[in-house]
Amino acid sequence: MSEAKKFRWVGTRPIRHDGVDKVTGRASFGADLSFPDMLWGRVLRSPHAHARIAGIDTSKALALPGVKAVVTAADLPKLPSVEAGGGEGAANMRDLSHNVLARDKVLYHGHALAAVAATSDEAAEQALAAIEVVYEPLAPVLSIDAALAPGATLLHAELRTRGADANLPNVASRIVFSRGDPEAAFAAADIVLERSFETQTVHQGYIEPHAVVARTNADGQSVVWCCTQGPFMVRAYCAAVLGLELSQLKVIPSEIGGGFGGKTTVYIEPLAVLLSRKTARPVKMVMSREEVFRATGPAGAARVLVKLGAKRDGRLVAGTARLWYEAGAFPGSPVQAGAMTVLAPYALDHFLIEGFDVVVNKPKTAAYRAPGAPQAAFAVESLLDELAQQLGLDPIELRLANAATEGTQAPYGPRFKKIGMVETLEAARAHPHYHAPLGPNQGRGVAVGFWFNGGMSSSAELHLTEAGSAVVATGNPDIGGSRVSLAILAAEELGIDVQKVRPVVGDTESVGYTDMTGGSRVTFATGIAVIEAARDVVRQLRARAAKLWDCDPAQVAFVDGRCVPVEGSGLAREPLSVAEIAGKMGSTGGPINGQAQLTARGAGPGFATHLCDVEVDRETGRVDVIRYTAVQDAGRAVHPSYVEGQMQGGAAQGVGWALNEEYVFDARGVLENPGFLDYRMPVASDLPMIDTVVVEVPNPGHPYGVRGVGETPIVPPLAAVANAVARATGVRMRALPISPPRLLAALGGGAA
Amino acid sequence: MIQVAIPSGLRPLTGGALRVEIAARDVRGAVAALDARFPGFAAALGRSFAVAIDGEIVQDAWHEPLPAGSELHFLPALAGGA
Repeated sequence: MSEAKKFRWVGTRPIRHDGVDKVTGRASFGADLSFPDMLWGRVLRSPHAHARIAGIDTSKALALPGVKAVVTAADLPKLPSVEAGGGEGAANMRDLSHNVLARDKVLYHGHALAAVAATSDEAAEQALAAIEVVYEPLAPVLSIDAALAPGATLLHAELRTRGADANLPNVASRIVFSRGDPEAAFAAADIVLERSFETQTVHQGYIEPHAVVARTNADGQSVVWCCTQGPFMVRAYCAAVLGLELSQLKVIPSEIGGGFGGKTTVYIEPLAVLLSRKTARPVKMVMSREEVFRATGPAGAARVLVKLGAKRDGRLVAGTARLWYEAGAFPGSPVQAGAMTVLAPYALDHFLIEGFDVVVNKPKTAAYRAPGAPQAAFAVESLLDELAQQLGLDPIELRLANAATEGTQAPYGPRFKKIGMVETLEAARAHPHYHAPLGPNQGRGVAVGFWFNGGMSSSAELHLTEAGSAVVATGNPDIGGSRVSLAILAAEELGIDVQKVRPVVGDTESVGYTDMTGGSRVTFATGIAVIEAARDVVRQLRARAAKLWDCDPAQVAFVDGRCVPVEGSGLAREPLSVAEIAGKMGSTGGPINGQAQLTARGAGPGFATHLCDVEVDRETGRVDVIRYTAVQDAGRAVHPSYVEGQMQGGAAQGVGWALNEEYVFDARGVLENPGFLDYRMPVASDLPMIDTVVVEVPNPGHPYGVRGVGETPIVPPLAAVANAVARATGVRMRALPISPPRLLAALGGGAA
Repeated sequence: MIQVAIPSGLRPLTGGALRVEIAARDVRGAVAALDARFPGFAAALGRSFAVAIDGEIVQDAWHEPLPAGSELHFLPALAGGA
């Protein structure tokens, strides 16, 4: 499908259309909208990590001046336990409802159980204090070990382990991938290593907290303004939780100040709708940073046990992996993706992979950039580094000797088409960074990452103006520069200047159904819809030119933005530009608009190789990243600046995951660091310039060869950093984060 | 006919068979054919799954056509971050 083509706009770096508004502070984000008669909504949250709700009395709160409504789970329909699609993957709507407002039990500290609308934020806050709740506290389950222990307190009495012969306490599902006979293959190996790795709960850390305004019109339709990765998802989820028809909801996405997967579900959105329907007034709700940490979905803690067997030359002969992922309060960790990705970069004939989805009394996890993959890659890429050290092999050579290539059967089943794993390794090996000398207490780590990349459903409309410029309307909120990337694709097809294409993010009533911005799918999948919509316009332009030239459309070609006679047609006509034809569209048949809708197949998997140099202060345990290079196969970089930006952003988030970030819970399950002061994410001064190398191995499933790029770059950094620390210190850290106290303790232990 | 790779967790239903050959024109037909041959297959599979058809992953694939000779894998439905 990928077409050999010389590009005019693809691969260039025009200024993004939304850039000026964003850098001058004019862009409108979730919390920026207000109405004159607006009410303020607030949420009452549980002070217990695990408790039965014996009773809620809202009468005193309702009696307070300024309080207009109070809602609890009793105001929501009881839903059956069924999974419904909302875009990407499926969500259990009963669990979603119980997460929006707890029913019967609270399952984590900060779990919402009532919401208030009042005439001021202060009045709403006072009303929360007047709600009387009787709790019967239960023992909190705060770790994988505690959840799995025989006789463990159960979060959900009815939960049965799907995919297992025997029920396992607090395990929602077990998944297995296997091939060959790993035990026999291990017996024939020259070396076998088995190690256990742990990662902690981390948050996406998007700058913009969740925010929503809901207004219910006189006809009963509620209009929702919010920051989200998926307006159609918000419409579907709010409808399910509230028992409404989709036509009773309209969702208008604001600009979005980061999502990284964390805004692919709903929290306060259904509450704002419900409160606005009860009061017939607009209701605004904005989460505090503390609420974001306590009650929105992080990436869960995980334990991964990996075993690898190899020959002396480094060839892997077998691997096993057992993965336990915390899902938080409700089933649905990304352990499936962890299990599918853990060995995917390597060609292996014998393996057994087993994953467990474990519920604990912590916030329900949400997607976080390549969900499930970083935890798994940390384990296998760390073990490969140790294997390389023990065999005396170069870590890149070891990976090249085992790299998946076109035709390799992935552990999860299908065979890879054209992929760029080898090309990213070779580019990293050839990079000056890989050969630069290291100083004392410095080390260099290498790690690889893989992500599937998504396709899914998208719609696109392309409207030609009478001056020959264009509007591209799609339904994906722009997280990482997708507007300008989609404009580039339209400009490329139409042969017009990219700044003459205005990209618009529509609402649920102005554009066709489109799945969420997620899965690294927008530039790929919605991009294909834009290309097809543009080709629809080109067909119409040729027909209009034929009308103007009084010939058959088959005699008209479209070349470099102009209609010209087909070579050999015998037709002698001066070329017609898009603007010239557009100027006559009223007299040649009316407006020219293109349209496309599709479910995209052929998303090309993404591979990346990262190089990380660290310097370790042995007196304090502090680790400084002093050089970092990210190499990734983008298939075709539509706007290289935003490909590089994704690579740099993913690397930065991964470095934070590796070195500092972790939720710290006390014994009662109370999060002790719900703010950026104590939850330490990397800031610009913590990091060097992250160098990028964009490798382009065209994806055969896209007309231009595009692959998704947003998620892969967070997969390698955890191990790249840990491997660098291991090589700098001789101490291998198998539990993240490698924070100064942890590393200092490990260094002390190593010296003893 | 198409080739179906049986997921590890469903192999007890197929007597341990890793691959089977069935006649089906789309994913829905494949699940029905598998359920007819291995009772309980459809229920064990559920409705929340993705597939790979000749190496291409498709979510929400119930009506996806299966070309003759194609290879079908069942996969867990995936969430994505971005």
